[in-house]
Amino acid sequence: MTELRYEAPESLDGAVTLLSGGGGGKILAGGTDVLVQLHTEMIEPDVIVDIKNIPELKRLSEDGGAWTVGAAVSGMNIIDNDAFQTAWPGVCEGVALIGSIQVKGRASIGGNLCNASPAADSVPAIIAAGAIANIVGPGGSREEPVENIVTGPGQTSLAQGELIVSFSFPAKQANSGDCYLRLTPRTEMDIAIVGAGVNLTLDDDGTCIAARISIGAVAPTPLLVEDAANALIGTKVNDAALDAMVEAVRAACNPISDKRGTREYRIKTAGVIARRAALKALERAQAN
Amino acid sequence: MATILEDSKYDPQRDLKVVGSNPVKHDGLDKVTGRAKFGADYFLPGMLYGRTLRSPHPHAIIKSIDTSAAEAVPGVKSIVTRDDFPEIDPGTVAGEMTRTAMAREKALFDGHPVAAVAATTDAAAKQALKLIKVDYEILPHVIDPVDAMQPDAPILHDYIRTKGLDEPSDKPTNITERLITEMGDVEKGFAEADVIVERDFDSKPMHQGYIEPQGCVAEYSDDGQVELWCCTQAPFVYRDRLSAILKMESAKINVQQSELGGGFGGKTGFYPEPVAILLSKKAKRPVKMVLSRNEVFRGTGPVSATNYTIKMGVTKDGKITAAQGHLVFQTGIFTGSMYFNGPNAMFTRYNFENIHIESFEVVSNRPKVNSFRAPCVPQIVFGVEGVIDELARKIGMDPIDLRLKNAATEGYTTVYGETLGPIGFVETLQAAKDSEHYKSLVKDGEGRGVAAGFWFNRGGETSTSMNIAPDGSVTIITGTADVAGSRISIAMMAAEELGIDVDKVRITMADTNSLGFNRVTAGSRTTYSVGMTVVDNARQCIDQFVKRAAEIWDVPEDAVVYENGECRPAGANVGNFEPLTIADITKQTTMSHGAVTASASMNVTGAGPGFGLHIVDAKVDEETGRTDITRYTVVEDAGKAIHPLQVEGQYQGGAVQGIGWALNEEYVYGEDGRLQNASFLDYRMPVTSDVPMIDTVIVEVPNPRHPFGLRGVGEVPVVPTMAAIGNAIGNAIGVRPQSLPMSPPKLLEIIDNRNS
Repeated sequence: MTELRYEAPESLDGAVTLLSGGGGGKILAGGTDVLVQLHTEMIEPDVIVDIKNIPELKRLSEDGGAWTVGAAVSGMNIIDNDAFQTAWPGVCEGVALIGSIQVKGRASIGGNLCNASPAADSVPAIIAAGAIANIVGPGGSREEPVENIVTGPGQTSLAQGELIVSFSFPAKQANSGDCYLRLTPRTEMDIAIVGAGVNLTLDDDGTCIAARISIGAVAPTPLLVEDAANALIGTKVNDAALDAMVEAVRAACNPISDKRGTREYRIKTAGVIARRAALKALERAQAN
Repeated sequence: MATILEDSKYDPQRDLKVVGSNPVKHDGLDKVTGRAKFGADYFLPGMLYGRTLRSPHPHAIIKSIDTSAAEAVPGVKSIVTRDDFPEIDPGTVAGEMTRTAMAREKALFDGHPVAAVAATTDAAAKQALKLIKVDYEILPHVIDPVDAMQPDAPILHDYIRTKGLDEPSDKPTNITERLITEMGDVEKGFAEADVIVERDFDSKPMHQGYIEPQGCVAEYSDDGQVELWCCTQAPFVYRDRLSAILKMESAKINVQQSELGGGFGGKTGFYPEPVAILLSKKAKRPVKMVLSRNEVFRGTGPVSATNYTIKMGVTKDGKITAAQGHLVFQTGIFTGSMYFNGPNAMFTRYNFENIHIESFEVVSNRPKVNSFRAPCVPQIVFGVEGVIDELARKIGMDPIDLRLKNAATEGYTTVYGETLGPIGFVETLQAAKDSEHYKSLVKDGEGRGVAAGFWFNRGGETSTSMNIAPDGSVTIITGTADVAGSRISIAMMAAEELGIDVDKVRITMADTNSLGFNRVTAGSRTTYSVGMTVVDNARQCIDQFVKRAAEIWDVPEDAVVYENGECRPAGANVGNFEPLTIADITKQTTMSHGAVTASASMNVTGAGPGFGLHIVDAKVDEETGRTDITRYTVVEDAGKAIHPLQVEGQYQGGAVQGIGWALNEEYVYGEDGRLQNASFLDYRMPVTSDVPMIDTVIVEVPNPRHPFGLRGVGEVPVVPTMAAIGNAIGNAIGVRPQSLPMSPPKLLEIIDNRNS
């Protein structure tokens, strides 16, 4: 019988040391994925490294409009923070869709990202927001845009011994707005068939000067679709621009057909959901 | 003894004090506080944990099973395989039950048990499973029932010959039976019709959706007796079937039912129980087995999938002249789907004279299907009520008016030969028509649908006993499982008959050694049938109270009357006696006469059929194909609602389960014949936010065969649900879906085809 060791380091160094040694270390934050995987024997790690006792991972702070969100901060702590909610409503929409209230009481965006599901709900939203992952590891610390973290289903670009400490969100620009929407057959407690995060910035005339569009569940990783963003930049986000954005989104999709939805259905609805998210982000940008 | 079979003494003028009120359920507090014990909640000293090894192949010969490495795992106390089960011929009822519990010659579906381990810890049992070596010879498989009917399909059992063919064949086949159900002359009926509609439909298997997985503890004693604690709808049926497949006398198997965390038909047949018994026998220790959700989905039976065609004709003035069906039912790997309910019930509620239905039951490489509310009926009514709606539209008639015009009434003889007594279908349709929902305007962008349904309702073998404590309080022992809160309704009927407060009555769910045989809780039989025997118990006790009061007063028995829980002198000339309560009598006479007790055992008949009509408003997102149910009303005849909130709960629960079946629920199999969505995450039952408030209208057209007039209410609420939702969606998007579930991808395809 395999013995499972549980460790709860209180410092980043302690965590890095534990994760660097041997081969089978698994990080536990909220545990909403890891415990399920353990129970169903999808994973059989030698050591579970609980990172919730490391202060840097539980910090949620703002400095001059820029937010730092610890990788293990629970989803409920994020969406219950009124100031963060005001700054990044789209990110909060993504976080709010991670399971039930009970699950979100434990689940974190660090975990949601590093579980590396193509359908993770918070990920397109934080990619669209332009968040940076702050990483520590045996070789010191580094920064990486969130879109570079997931490399395939269940796979990340983190090296052995590395963990994400926090996410840095840039200060929100004037006249900007974000939104995340997803499509599920059920209203809740479901996995996205498609998800779309959109973050737009307008100039004083209402012309789009910056855009980031990320889609989930339509490829092996969440995608940052630059062609879709470019279709909106320089426009008033009118119907023609939105049509071009939808085309670019659909062209970027490369989904599988599986129990959760067919390839054809996912490609078709990815455009629908991206358009709806863009319109909502536009409405927010115009109101800001 | 069986007084009420002769005369229910149903009295429409009776002044009811308890029946019709909504007391707190006696088992309710334990359930909301977590104190109630469910199937997984039993622990015995020295208990082992059992785990099952399941076939990953849908169809494979089991050449050999090597358990030697598993036996060497520390903590492993016993391992069972097919070799531990008595040999029973395949193709027999018991032979198929034993092969459901444990594969013998072949593994017949993904998830079929092939071995089981009992160990001192769950982890040791799981580790041992990985070390069991099974040598399979993989065979071609077939999942879809229509594929299984083709001449080149793999033959799953060499012993099946189709029953009911005009010309019997000796060729092995996957079609177990063909059944013709008919009355009148459909060709003549179609000739009289002005409009004829014929449509093809299909449905997928659906999980009953019970939250509690199957779980049990079995203890096999050294002297060959079995104690079994388990969650079941059928403790006595489990006992007798275990007796058949383990070749033990029934009296040596005592089944104690736990509280039930949902069954809906899915716990009418056993899965881990015989395995746990044999593991315990070999280990000489109690063994607990609780299925995982994955095992529940892969290894237990859902409802039948169907493929079928419905054809109906109507005259311009709304007389439906002919109704025809060609039905295929998927039964899973073994026969026993109860598919005959489909043809018997699909048109019953209308006064049709010309009916012809040809039905087939087909095996395929999936677990044998199990019951679900109104087995094999709702999925066919989905098509029937869709065609009726189309007929109404084509002749320009209101859909409820068309149903009223063709509604069956007392005296109609059904296609299965029953002549209906007093029924409430017309009253139900009228109540629906008069409802605020039906009269309200349909909102912009939404569609409204209605559909009607019927269920026979059942009675059957029922035993109960009643014991009066010396202080006058009342205990009742029942053996028909309480799956939905029937206990409170039964206590209420006893209290009403005895003229006492319902809080003075408590019910114990018996183990199988404590009572005579009780049939499975199924078919909406329980509150009706147990109500009958309990009222009989109460009447027997009242007779004894009267006798004892007469003795106390030294007057003739006919000088004593029993009213409102008291014995009183029948008139002033009897004498000046203070009334005697039950407690007065029992306190004075228990020591001298023994306790007042009664028992009753009957095969209850006379269950009155139930009818319902559902009204649904739905909105479809035309860009994604997602449906929102915006308003829902269930109108149904309860005969008499004993506990109206419980009845309302049945109506709402049926509608909610039907919403899931209608919109998203389906088993998804891969090309490899393996189930892909064996979890509640990917098997999409509705969550709370998927369903609106389900409004209810309780119609009460009494069934005079019952002392309080009740009809069963467990099945009808799901029967018309998918049909009503389908009709609402059809009216919203202009095309009536013909395939269940009406999932977003399917509806988007319909919408795209409509637009192009």
